[in-house]
Amino acid sequence: MFVTTSVVQVSRGAVGYDNRTVLRSVDLTVTSGEVVALLGANGSGKSTLIRAALGLVPLRGGSVHLFGVPAGRFRQWHRIGYVPQRLGAGSGVPATVGEVVASGRLARRGVLRPPGAADRTAVAAALTAVGLADRARDPVATLSGGQQQRTLIARALAGEPELLVLDEPTAGVDAASQEAFARALGAFVAGNGTVLLVAHELGPLQPLIDRAVVLHHGEVVHDGPVPAPAGHHADPGHDHVHPHAAVEPSRMWSA
Amino acid sequence: MSIFQYEFMIRALIGALVIGLAAPALGIYLVQRRMSLIGDGVGHVALTGVGVGLLLDRSPVLTAVIAAAVGAVAIELLRERGRTSGDMALALLFYGGIAGGVMLVGLAGDRSNANLMAYLFGSLTTASVEDLWVIVVLAAVVLTAMLLLRPALFAICHDEEYARVSGLPVRTLNLLIAVTTAVTVTIAMRAVGLLLVSALMVVPVATAQQITRGFRSTMAVAMIIGTASAGGGVWLAGTADTAMGATIVILAIAAFAATAVGAGTWRLLRRRAGMLAVHRRQPREVEPPEVVLDRPAEMVPERPA
Repeated sequence: MFVTTSVVQVSRGAVGYDNRTVLRSVDLTVTSGEVVALLGANGSGKSTLIRAALGLVPLRGGSVHLFGVPAGRFRQWHRIGYVPQRLGAGSGVPATVGEVVASGRLARRGVLRPPGAADRTAVAAALTAVGLADRARDPVATLSGGQQQRTLIARALAGEPELLVLDEPTAGVDAASQEAFARALGAFVAGNGTVLLVAHELGPLQPLIDRAVVLHHGEVVHDGPVPAPAGHHADPGHDHVHPHAAVEPSRMWSA
Repeated sequence: MSIFQYEFMIRALIGALVIGLAAPALGIYLVQRRMSLIGDGVGHVALTGVGVGLLLDRSPVLTAVIAAAVGAVAIELLRERGRTSGDMALALLFYGGIAGGVMLVGLAGDRSNANLMAYLFGSLTTASVEDLWVIVVLAAVVLTAMLLLRPALFAICHDEEYARVSGLPVRTLNLLIAVTTAVTVTIAMRAVGLLLVSALMVVPVATAQQITRGFRSTMAVAMIIGTASAGGGVWLAGTADTAMGATIVILAIAAFAATAVGAGTWRLLRRRAGMLAVHRRQPREVEPPEVVLDRPAEMVPERPA
């Protein structure tokens, strides 16, 4: 094997549940320092692709390499910061924003070592980066949807990863949170971070994106520059890429 | 108090306090992952272990721990696979456990009825010095594990997928929780009995989370409430001559009810005060309700999933 600079490499990846095929023979490569957006309509398989890349969904075929290591043998999880679509269903046991973000240090610290000064500094820095430094002691449940999303991003940033993997970070997020998020992501990219994000609409993130991969029915139909926002493309996945951006001003109705 | 002049009451008190402290420390993780009733299920299985122990004339506590651990691990493996049939499998496990236990205890001989009642509803006052040592040592192990591993266990119970991507040994820690549940159930069965085991793990947590803001504070308050209910229950049961396990649980539930009423009243007062303040400042700020109701109907289907 030779050394590559590929951070994420999915080769002929296939995923299915029972007899439904979600991804068929997908290739995806993200190299160090790149910011790649995975676009596509609902059900195109974009979330499944990143979940498969992270080992959360088993592959039916093909292979995944993370930082050049076959996924099965990959152990340096502290190099990856994962931001799920939303906080898991609340359980009723309260948790403060600070406690959730502190979970992000576990990949680096390990299970047994108690948190130290470096951990506290990193948590504080991550909270500042997403603009939630003053909410550290508040219960997560009292935050707006956008603020909860920023909490999850802070949790990933707290681990000081080299690669951020984000699943629809801007879906249903208010404008203020989108901008705070774009700033945090910009700072991460400026520090040579690599980003793989799933998005429905790019919004304020657009200027950060180096490359867009568009999925349609579980296949890559575009890999290159971000498709122009106008809907004149022949690209079959395209008309779902920028849906109703203006219709979602806040989480007021859904929170 | 005069009831504590008897040595068996002192032993009962120590046992109750130790269990009252350890049970919520584990219970908070079960509540967080919405498995509040798992303790009951494991308790049912533990009864089969008790039956085996009585039948073989061995320590029922030991066989109960083993049976409960096997049951808890089986439940965890079912949960991990996320099968829809898991629900039915749990039901089979629970009822199989209690039926097997009742049958085996019955086979074990004459004093079996008294024995069965002692395990179903607790019998702290009959705990020997040896029993007490077993309780104290096992509780200390549970407590140490739950406190030392709190950040990792919190991460797993809060967001298991994230914990997986963090490279945490998710499966090992899940099995640890399962085995710890089995141990806690078995020692708590001496105090409140198998049928009330979950109460000590869950009710103090439910009480604490009404007034706390964070996970760590919830854990601390739940442990205090658990210890206080256990101690108070032993005293009350000794004084009023009531069933000890039931008294402990009733006290814990009374604390829950009192906290719920208190916290509810506090929130209501604060909301009133807040609304009054808003009204005084900007009485026109509140939108007419028709406008609010009008828009979401159009917007909801547009939301990306």
